[in-house]
Amino acid sequence: MSIFECRSLTKYYGKTKALDNIDLKLEAGQIVGLLGPNGSGKTTMIKLANGLLQPAGGQILIEGEEPGPGTKAKVAYLPDRGFLPEYMTVEALFKLYGDFFKDFNIKKADQMLDGLGIKKTDTLKKMSKGTKEKIQLILVMSRDAKIYFLDEPIAGVDPAARDYILRTIISNYCENSLVLISTHLIADVESVLDDVVFIKEGRVVLHKAADIIREEEGKNIDGLFREVFKC
Amino acid sequence: MEWIFEQGRPIYTQIVEQIRINIANGTYEPGQQLPSVRDLAMEAAVNPNTMQRAFSELERDGLIYTVRTSGRFVTEEEGKLDILQKKLGQEFIEDLFEKLQKLGMSKKEIMDAIEESAKEMK
Repeated sequence: MSIFECRSLTKYYGKTKALDNIDLKLEAGQIVGLLGPNGSGKTTMIKLANGLLQPAGGQILIEGEEPGPGTKAKVAYLPDRGFLPEYMTVEALFKLYGDFFKDFNIKKADQMLDGLGIKKTDTLKKMSKGTKEKIQLILVMSRDAKIYFLDEPIAGVDPAARDYILRTIISNYCENSLVLISTHLIADVESVLDDVVFIKEGRVVLHKAADIIREEEGKNIDGLFREVFKC
Repeated sequence: MEWIFEQGRPIYTQIVEQIRINIANGTYEPGQQLPSVRDLAMEAAVNPNTMQRAFSELERDGLIYTVRTSGRFVTEEEGKLDILQKKLGQEFIEDLFEKLQKLGMSKKEIMDAIEESAKEMK
């Protein structure tokens, strides 16, 4: 059984088809890139996986189970926009996550926070965009989850913050879990990926190992992306 | 150590090449313990599976060996290191010839030019 599976997954927004009959299987022990231009369906797929949207047809399965309380306990989700109350301090957020998620590992969170120069008594309101992204990532990655869905984790942050985020993802690599990173900033993340999934107008048009693509195509993932999604 | 990857070539082969060069030139000394897969993956900002794959390839070539529970080490077999150095040298030379032949130079012209350069370097 795959850790993550979509079976003929379809989603409409009104008459617009956002996801069109997607079949996809992903395995544990991998960092996978969900890559596509704006509006291709990346966020829709991740929202479906987290039970925030309901499919029009087909199924989305986490370890064989449809999204619900059972899957939420083992899925860590970083949305593509700020999702935490601005008035809260880092300390309070750690407590909140500890209360909500049994698998929240506060030791891990403290370790990741270490050396960032962020005070635990600081509120989100006082932080820069890059720092906020880091805090959100720390909260999500500090869970001992089976799947981590990271929706645009590096959008709009400076190169140093981006390096911190990528290294945090690498250092938390675990052979029992899956990390799915959705992004259109491919050049920045491609060295971290095992497999890449290209999604175009709601369909999966490519699912392959990154190094095999480099070997077969003689170009990097960013180069192939520009070719496939040429406007 | 700084890791730079060229575009359009598998990352794992480029890691293998860089570690080979480091073993040949003694950056990694015979018998020295290598950093863990995770640490090297972090340093190079690459996927841990990619780093693991590079290590497996180096192990297959006998350039590194694994000791259970204590980690990976650079080979101490002199023969292996000599062969490696020769092989890497050969690769650079082939590359040099290829590039110069593309410029339209004959083998003789290349040899003469190398000799001249060697003299000037002293």
